[in-house]
Amino acid sequence: MGLTGTAAIVGAADYKNERKYSGTRKFFLEQWAELTHKALQQAGLQKSDIDGLCCNSIPESPSFAPSTIAEYLGLHVNFAETVDLGGASPVGMIWRAAAAIEMGLCQAVVCGAPALPMPHNPNPKPFDHTRSFGSTSANWGAPQAEFDVPYGNVAQNAGYALIAQRYAATYGYDERALAKIAADQRTNAQGNDKAVFCGQPINIDDVLQSRMIADPLHILEIVMPCSGGSVVILANKELATRCQNRPVHVTGCGERLTTRSTTYAEDMTVTPVGPAAASAFAMSGKKPSDVDVLEAYDCYTITVMLTIEDSGFCNKGEGCAFINDNDLTFKGSFPVNTHGGQLGAGQAGLAGGMSQPIEAVRQIMGIAHGRQVPNCNTALVTGTGGIMSEQSAIILEGA
Amino acid sequence: MDLSKPVPNPTPTSQPYWDALAAGNVKLQQCDDCGSWVFYPRSHCSNCLSPNLTWKTVSGEGEVYSFTIARSPTAPQFAGEEPQYIAVIELNEGIRLNTVLTKVNEADIKVGMKVVPVFHREGDATLLYFKPAS
Repeated sequence: MGLTGTAAIVGAADYKNERKYSGTRKFFLEQWAELTHKALQQAGLQKSDIDGLCCNSIPESPSFAPSTIAEYLGLHVNFAETVDLGGASPVGMIWRAAAAIEMGLCQAVVCGAPALPMPHNPNPKPFDHTRSFGSTSANWGAPQAEFDVPYGNVAQNAGYALIAQRYAATYGYDERALAKIAADQRTNAQGNDKAVFCGQPINIDDVLQSRMIADPLHILEIVMPCSGGSVVILANKELATRCQNRPVHVTGCGERLTTRSTTYAEDMTVTPVGPAAASAFAMSGKKPSDVDVLEAYDCYTITVMLTIEDSGFCNKGEGCAFINDNDLTFKGSFPVNTHGGQLGAGQAGLAGGMSQPIEAVRQIMGIAHGRQVPNCNTALVTGTGGIMSEQSAIILEGA
Repeated sequence: MDLSKPVPNPTPTSQPYWDALAAGNVKLQQCDDCGSWVFYPRSHCSNCLSPNLTWKTVSGEGEVYSFTIARSPTAPQFAGEEPQYIAVIELNEGIRLNTVLTKVNEADIKVGMKVVPVFHREGDATLLYFKPAS
C-alpha cells in the first residue's frame, strides 16, 4: 500500500523573496507560465512532457483554476487537482502528483504556488467586506464567522499563541529554546541570497527582546510576509532518467486534518503532523534517525518545535531540550530549514509552504550552494495549514 | 474596509443559542442518542451524526483551557482594545469555546483558572464573555 517511490521531483524554480517587490507586477497566470518555463529548463524537460497539474485557486479565476492554467500554458493534462490545504497545499500537491504518476494517469506534473503582486486593476470592484478577516471566513453560516471572529480570535497569531500557552501549562516552556529556532534558521538564511533576511543574522536575545505580539509569541517568532512564488515538476521513472538533475523520489506521504479552528482540537498540543509523519515514515520504510534534513513548515517557532516532537525526533514534552541540545543550522547536528525557513526567508503566500520541499530537493540534488548539508539523501518535509488545521508530510530520497 | 466590530449573524440552527445568551442563559445542545454535548450548534451530533439534539440550559461554568494576550490588535476592527484577553474555555460539560476574559487582572490569567459567564452586550448582540469565578 502507498507510494512505491518511482515518481521523483526533477526540477524547481522560484522567485527571490522580497518584502517590497521591486519588479514588474504579474498576473498569477503569467507567473505560472514563467515559473514553469524556468523549471522545465532546470529539469531538462519539454513542455510537451507535462500532462498533469496541481494548483491552488488563482485570483483571475477562483473556480476552474486548473483548466484556466492549462489553457494559458497550452498544456494537455490527464490529471488536475486544486489543493485547498492552506500552507499544507504544496506538500499536498506533491504527494498527489506522485500518486497520480504511480497510477499511470500521467508522466509529469507541474505543481505551483505563484505569489508575486498582481497589477493594479484600473477598474477595481468595490471591496468585499466578507474577505476582511484574511483567511478566517467571515461568510454567513461559517462557524468561524459566528464563534471565532466576534471574540477577536481572528487570523493566525492568536491561535498559535493559544497552542503555545497550552503547551507551556502542560509541559513547561523554555522561551530561549523557541527563540533558538528563529536564530538558528536565520543563520541558515545567511547562505540563501533569495531570503528576505539574508545579511541580517540574529541571536536568541534579539528574538526575546523583539516586540511581543500575542503572549508568548514575539514578532521575530512569526513569519514575515513577502512576495515570491515557485513551482516544482515531478516525473515518472522513464522521464526522470532523461533529466539532468539527481532525481528526488517521493517515497512516503501522509496527511491529517480534523478541525478548522484549534479551539476544537482534541488536544491543542498534539498536532496533526504526528499521524501524517508516521504514515510517511511507514510508507518509505524510514525512521526519524534516517533523516538528514528536516524541512518543517514554520509559520511560527512553536510549529517547528511541535513538528519535531510529533514527528518522533524526540519524546513528547522534550522538544525544548532537544532544540537546546542540537545545532539546527546546516552545519549542525540536526539541520532544520536549511534555507532559513519561512522565518528566515519570508513567507511568500502559499509559496512559503513550497519553499520547504524545494529546499529538500536542492539539498538532495547537491545544489544548495552556501548551505549544503554533506551527503544529504533523505528529508522529511512537512506542510501546515490554518491553525494546525491540516498538516501533510512527505519523505524525499535521492536515488 | 468596514471597521465596525464584527457581531454574530445567527443561522436558523444557532438562533436558540444566541437568544438564550440575550436572556442571560447558556444553552447547549445535547445528543439524545449518544449523550454528547455539542458545540458550536449543529444540525447533527458531531460525535454520532444523530439529528436528535435537544437544547439544555447549563451553568456556563468552566475553566481556562488556554489564553493569549494580544498586544497588537488581531484585526483592525479590534484596534484600541489591546491588550485583548483572548481565551478558550472548557465548560464543565467538556465542550470548548472562544471567549474574551473580562474583569480580571492580567497577572492572574492562568490555564486552569475557574471562570463564570458574563453576558456582554455588543451592539444588538450578546456575546459570552467570562470572568474569574472568585
